[in-house]
Amino acid sequence: MTAESGTATTDQLIQLLTPEGERVEHPDYPLDLSAADLRAMYRDLVLVRRIDTEAISLQRQGELGIWASLLGQEAAQIGSGRALGPRDMVFPTYREHGVAWCRGIDPVELLGLYRGVSHGGWAPEEHKFHLYTIVIGSQTLHATGYAMGIQRDGAVGGDDAEAVIAYFGDGATSQGDVNEAFVWAPVFNAPVVFFCQNNQWAISEPLEKQSRIPLYQRARGFGFPGVRVDGNDVLACYAVTKKALQAAREGQGPTLIEAFTYRMGAHTTTDDPTRYRLASELEVWKLKDPIERVRAYLVRTGQAEPEFFAAVEAEAKEVGARIREACRTMPDPEPLSIFDNVYAEPTAILREEREQYAAYLDSFEEAGR
Amino acid sequence: MTTLTLSKALNAGLRKAMENDPKVLIMGEDVGKLGGVFRVTDGLQKDFGEDRVIDTPLAESGIVGTAIGLALRGFRPVCEIQFDGFVFPATNQIVTQLAKMRYRSRGNVALPVTIRIPCGGGIGAVEHHSESPEVLFAHTAGLRVVACADAADAFTMIQQSISSDDPVIFFEPKRRYWDKGEVDVADGLAAALPFDRARVVLDGTDVTLLCYGPMVRTGLESALAAREGGPNHHGHSIEVVDVRSLSPLDMETITASVRRTGRCVVAHEAPVYAGLGAEIAARVTEQCFYHLEAPVLRVGGFATPYPPSRLEDHYLPDLDRVLDAVDRTLEF
Repeated sequence: MTAESGTATTDQLIQLLTPEGERVEHPDYPLDLSAADLRAMYRDLVLVRRIDTEAISLQRQGELGIWASLLGQEAAQIGSGRALGPRDMVFPTYREHGVAWCRGIDPVELLGLYRGVSHGGWAPEEHKFHLYTIVIGSQTLHATGYAMGIQRDGAVGGDDAEAVIAYFGDGATSQGDVNEAFVWAPVFNAPVVFFCQNNQWAISEPLEKQSRIPLYQRARGFGFPGVRVDGNDVLACYAVTKKALQAAREGQGPTLIEAFTYRMGAHTTTDDPTRYRLASELEVWKLKDPIERVRAYLVRTGQAEPEFFAAVEAEAKEVGARIREACRTMPDPEPLSIFDNVYAEPTAILREEREQYAAYLDSFEEAGR
Repeated sequence: MTTLTLSKALNAGLRKAMENDPKVLIMGEDVGKLGGVFRVTDGLQKDFGEDRVIDTPLAESGIVGTAIGLALRGFRPVCEIQFDGFVFPATNQIVTQLAKMRYRSRGNVALPVTIRIPCGGGIGAVEHHSESPEVLFAHTAGLRVVACADAADAFTMIQQSISSDDPVIFFEPKRRYWDKGEVDVADGLAAALPFDRARVVLDGTDVTLLCYGPMVRTGLESALAAREGGPNHHGHSIEVVDVRSLSPLDMETITASVRRTGRCVVAHEAPVYAGLGAEIAARVTEQCFYHLEAPVLRVGGFATPYPPSRLEDHYLPDLDRVLDAVDRTLEF
């Protein structure tokens, strides 16, 4: 793909599955998925939505401190997440629960983070999924640097080539770090895909507070291709991401993908979107639901029977029950674990503070309190 | 007098500053239509318009950098940084530009920029939402660094900060935003204690307890518990001083108190290691050596990153940890 190719500079939204569930072809993105693959994606979509719904309830019940909902963004995350090869590395934000699911992160780990039990804690290389980054946009530079490492390891162009994908939102595109990543990645021809979920809202600020041109067109100014995909179309997100990752692996450098979607829920559970946006906007996007269109397509083309949908529903309930129970019974970390992992080896000052605090805690037990 | 939450008192103070000076602007992420994630700027855009209450792009370096430009043009920008942990992208602009412009220009340029930062922990948040970075700014010459602790001070100190011709880093204790207090909103600033002065908020005779921001309430609760006595606290009289101005320090008020009591404990949420308490302890020791009955003790966060929120009650100094230090200094 080059900046000069047709899809790079037009406003056209790449779509392979309409909101009504009709399959449409795109010349640049031929896609032939089996019925089993389609059903697997449907299952992913339903399960991650269920995890999200469950997490919101758990927050309301006081089991989580906060939760950042992915509602409405399931297709962007599952489509791109399933397009990843096993060796590709992911740099997520704090809302990438669907991508985490695709990388085999137990949803309970995510609940632990939002419950306040950990700051993430999983081993990124094991899952090829970095920790959630909360400071907006920082991870785009990490992704670029990681991709430069792949180049230097000679892991571009061969059969076992690797690529990197960086997730971020529309708000993040205003950050200096993101713009610096857009400079670096093409300059070094780094094998990185920038996957921007434009969910239209950075908390209360609509896209026009961040940009006066469509976000994917920014890439051209930095010297690399950008495409806009229907972020509620799991097939298009899959095909576009797959092609961009392949280009990166082959040494063709970065691509910016703008997944055009919508944040159906609040920014987080502490946010109240009724203060700044109209309910009518939500109604429009409800008609573009990422799950309903896949279901309609599967039904219409006879690629799934009612039993399949019932089984997915039952599995969603099971997953919901499992993570609910796991969250409610999740123990708090040991107090003295505060002092762990600050350095490769604890320093004298840390050891001293730890000992003093342990003695302080013991003094309560001695006092019988 | 009006009963206001600390958050509403800040709102009233900002409103007053905007009414009094048409050059005062508010800028930040979500400060306009939403009124800020803590609602501190609620309603101000509606009343003063989008030119004076600016919803900015999501870029902290941009917020402070453009505020510097606006100040060069004669405005008095009040920037909101949404959370303490998000100030770091703006640190370059604050440290290399904002703090030094007066010095570099031999006094020809003033930058009356106020940067409001909700700070501290205790709200069960995810990482980067509970930090206490005040000492980084206190260490940067050219910045004034202040922290309000209650509604009355929030109302006056934000106005004093905005009217200051120096750049001010203004820390707001986020877990105290909903604490109520009596505020005289009709009162001008003439009678108010200057924002670079500390204040004795509770008289005492045995120990001086220095604290600021969210720890002032903890300090007062500790002092009241100690005064009442009980099995662990033997009726000690703690003098609580709200430091208020973290840079410059009001050593006159601080040392006067320590000379009366002969003992001193400093408490803050930030790590003890190389924290503001270290500067205070050194100066108290230098200036009150012959009045001290015991070493100055410090209570604060550990030399670790801010922990996951389920452990924050261990990290944050509470009444027991403050009184433990008080007991240790009294037993010395």
